[in-house]
Amino acid sequence: MNAPATIAVTRPRRLRWNLPLVVGGILTTLLIGVALLSLVWTPEVPTRVRVALRLRGPLEAGLLGTDHFGRDVVSLLMAGAWNSLAVAWPAVLLGAAIGIAVGCAAAALRGIFDEIVMRASDVVFAFPAVLSAIMIGALLGSGPTAAILAIAVFNVPVFARVTRGVALQVWTFDYIAAARALGKHPLRITWEDVLPNIAGVLIVQATIQLALAILTEAGLSYLGLGVRPPNPSWGRMLSDAQTYLSQAPHLAIAPGVAIALSVLGLNLLGDGLRDALDPTLRNRGR
Amino acid sequence: MLRLIASRTASLLVTLLAVSAAIFLILEVLPGDPAAIMLGTAAREDTLAALRLELGLDRPAPERYLAWIGGMLRGDFGISLTYRMPVSTLIAERLAVTIPLSLLAILISTLIAIPLGVLAAARRDGAADRAVLVFSQVGVAVPNFWIGILFILLFATGLGWFPAGGFPGWQAGFGPALKALVLPAFALALPQAAVLTRVTRSATLDVIGADFVRTARAKGVPAGQTLRRHVVPNALIPVATILGLQLSFVFGGAILVENVFNLPGLGRLAFQALAQRDLVVIKDVVLLFAAIVIAVNFLVDIAYLVLDPRLRSRA
Repeated sequence: MNAPATIAVTRPRRLRWNLPLVVGGILTTLLIGVALLSLVWTPEVPTRVRVALRLRGPLEAGLLGTDHFGRDVVSLLMAGAWNSLAVAWPAVLLGAAIGIAVGCAAAALRGIFDEIVMRASDVVFAFPAVLSAIMIGALLGSGPTAAILAIAVFNVPVFARVTRGVALQVWTFDYIAAARALGKHPLRITWEDVLPNIAGVLIVQATIQLALAILTEAGLSYLGLGVRPPNPSWGRMLSDAQTYLSQAPHLAIAPGVAIALSVLGLNLLGDGLRDALDPTLRNRGR
Repeated sequence: MLRLIASRTASLLVTLLAVSAAIFLILEVLPGDPAAIMLGTAAREDTLAALRLELGLDRPAPERYLAWIGGMLRGDFGISLTYRMPVSTLIAERLAVTIPLSLLAILISTLIAIPLGVLAAARRDGAADRAVLVFSQVGVAVPNFWIGILFILLFATGLGWFPAGGFPGWQAGFGPALKALVLPAFALALPQAAVLTRVTRSATLDVIGADFVRTARAKGVPAGQTLRRHVVPNALIPVATILGLQLSFVFGGAILVENVFNLPGLGRLAFQALAQRDLVVIKDVVLLFAAIVIAVNFLVDIAYLVLDPRLRSRA
């Protein structure tokens, strides 16, 4: 029983390819690629108003038609990809940075600090991101900053709990006990021994949280609590489309598909990475 | 057992106090002058002063916090500045939409998820399992407000089976009121059902692998009966926890879906209050939302202790 396990540990880590990883990887690469491309090229200027061309169907003007201002839908979608990532990415990064630090500290210090962190994360969990966005919006005025903060706030307890959970397991390893016995500072143990061990789990979690962040950003911008116009966003495109639902139903399709494919891609990538990095982690952390 | 419940109740109260203090801090202390936020920068100094007096902003913050909590406990939620009526009346009207909507959504998602999850687990790696996995992956990725818009496109403006939005009120009769909630509830339920299906599937798989299930099969209990009598009841325990946690997402989703369908619910009230900068309403609604989420999770915890004796000794 022990022999194969030892081999698995000593063999250099190799990515085990699987279907979710490939499909998720392709969709995510596409999302990031389109978002980056939109910075240098879109078929039309996304914000250009062309009253003569308003509410055209697919292929009548541009590949997917135009909206109520005559703006090109493909260009709006491309620019929307960038704006979506520009909110989701910093939000997850901020939430992860704080959450991981707090989770590591809770695992290293245990005791009362751990208890406080867990209770505090219960408190934050009671606020859906949209509700936080409304509160932060009331405080700062709604806009991309409020959206980023609201999504980040939601991410802090998620990362704190996941980090604490896996870090606690690492702290039980024999070589950590040895390091402690040698008088190594808990901060150095966390940095040099714990974090490298839990990085895989955290990367997987970040990928899945990024998917959730894109979904939340879309919801916030649908409500008008995200990216400000005239900056295009997928959520706002859907809210505009709803106004013109009977005249131009096609406008309600593309932005939704874009959101769903982006979220699906990141979720699959997360699942695929989880299996590829370490099959034993399959059922952990969910 | 009683001591455990008492200690859980104590931690519930502490959590509620912390949540209310956080809301108070964010909405009343951090802004510096809430009156200036509510009236905007163009307000005249005498109107500002009048509002400050009306809100009692001349009193110190801890006193205002205690007055707010004390009022909430007595059912006095303050007066909304935009509606010029008691917030408690506003909230009571809106709850009559949001609570039925959320319950209907949770019911629908459970009715979809449990059969699908059990089916997928029973036919592991078969065609049904794969189909269910695809449903759950896609379902999680699709935003509920987009499903709402597609439903309006298909079932309201297209087929004309359901209203495209609005709510006639319960006084218009049970039928029409329920009809107005069907599309929003399904829009809210589908992404939740996708999550719940995954949880049900993995919980069922865990139980299927357990020794007592193998014993039941070995002593000749038919497969269907094993599933019904031994597997499903045990698999439902983790499903119930997730259901409690999902309430937070259902509420968050309700804010969106109520806006898609123009439903006069609590979420829409909060959203409109933000547009009108009515801090009194925002503060109360946010606390109410959070309190319901915390209370439901507390009840799930207690139900657990009652249902599963093993947890009592572990806790």
